[in-house]
Amino acid sequence: MAVVLVDAGGTNIGSVRYALQRLGADAALTADAATIRAADKVILPGVGAAGPGMARLRELGLVELLRSLRQPVLGVCLGMQLLCAHSEEGDTVCLGLIPATVRRFAERPGLRVPHMGWNGLSVQREHPLLTGLADGEQAYFVHSYAVPAGEWTLATADYGVPFSAVVARDNFHGMQFHPERSAAVGAKLLKNFLDL
Amino acid sequence: MLSRRIIPCLDVRDGQVVKGVRFRDHVVMGEIVELALRYRDEGADELVFYDITASPEGRSVDRGWVEKVARAIDIPFCVAGGIRSVDEARAVLHAGADKISVNSPALERPELIDELAAAFGVQCVVVGIDSLRDADGEWRVRQYTGDPAKTQALARRTMDWMIEAQQRGAGEIVLNCMGSDGVRRGYDLEQLSRARAICRVPLIASGGAGEPEHFRNAFVDADVDGALAASVFHSGAIAIPALKRYLQEQGVAVRS
Repeated sequence: MAVVLVDAGGTNIGSVRYALQRLGADAALTADAATIRAADKVILPGVGAAGPGMARLRELGLVELLRSLRQPVLGVCLGMQLLCAHSEEGDTVCLGLIPATVRRFAERPGLRVPHMGWNGLSVQREHPLLTGLADGEQAYFVHSYAVPAGEWTLATADYGVPFSAVVARDNFHGMQFHPERSAAVGAKLLKNFLDL
Repeated sequence: MLSRRIIPCLDVRDGQVVKGVRFRDHVVMGEIVELALRYRDEGADELVFYDITASPEGRSVDRGWVEKVARAIDIPFCVAGGIRSVDEARAVLHAGADKISVNSPALERPELIDELAAAFGVQCVVVGIDSLRDADGEWRVRQYTGDPAKTQALARRTMDWMIEAQQRGAGEIVLNCMGSDGVRRGYDLEQLSRARAICRVPLIASGGAGEPEHFRNAFVDADVDGALAASVFHSGAIAIPALKRYLQEQGVAVRS
């Protein structure tokens, strides 16, 4: 099975790649359109800001390609946010594959931004991506912007308000947390993605 | 609900984990990857690696072990030690670190925090602050604490620096309370509470953990997001699973 990591300049590329290696999948890091199109699974990682992330995809000529993919695609953290229609971060137009607007967490007493650390997942909808996941199992989050809960939400986490922790629409999937850094829970969810 | 984090800190010197008392007299605790895996297995929520001699020696962190750790463990980790430019930070992050922490280089050139936040987002940027109370009762920042001969007392007040660091783009603050470090009499709750009142990003307590109760007090009384400790974990005086059970009984949200 050919798994590719889209080289959109994100800094967590190394750790996602190592996590896939621990699951026995050797993912190529690429920005080549033909390689991405031919892959069985495509992962869009990314840490950083929405504006530079989309600018990089545009420079690489990958925006239309990513929109046209039919194989399972997984966006991780910023990668998931880029799948959405729009992000408040830098007022950025994103890929438009999930009809949501990414919003900044409102600062409230006791709720620090960024939302950083382990938080419980609450399953909203059954999906093969969540196979074996029990309600309340925790994953590691690091982000200041979040995708609201909606019809695309498979699992939520709660930080003052519930927000989307796992999303799916057609062949496009997203995880707001870092599965590559979420211990056994993350490994299970990454494996589920590879098994889709 | 977001869990409070238990964070073993591994001070790295010459490729090995070491621990000193009050930042001095270091003894070797073990191999980096071996200890990292042990803490992962015990339920550590995150790890911090400080290359403690990098900044005083004017060099950046050795990336070889960063990659080894990233390959081996599946929990987040932060790397600190002499990172003084965006390029050096990028190399450490690309090697697999989740966050980078800057301390002395940010004091030398505070714009470094702005540059790192612009390049990688604030979520990657941790500012470590070494702080000691002076005779006049004021907490002030110390620099180059990895080497006692080079440690400098600065005129900069800890709380002022904490505000500036956040304005410049710190996504998390680690407050090393040097007066309580290594002596296991508890975190400096007075200083941490003062810091909490002005810290809008996650705040990590460092220095002084000796008993499970000290962790509880830091979380409950000073409302910190994470508690960092080294010697109590390295020596086995506190086992992380037992610590987490205790904290749960005390009503502190932790990852089990």
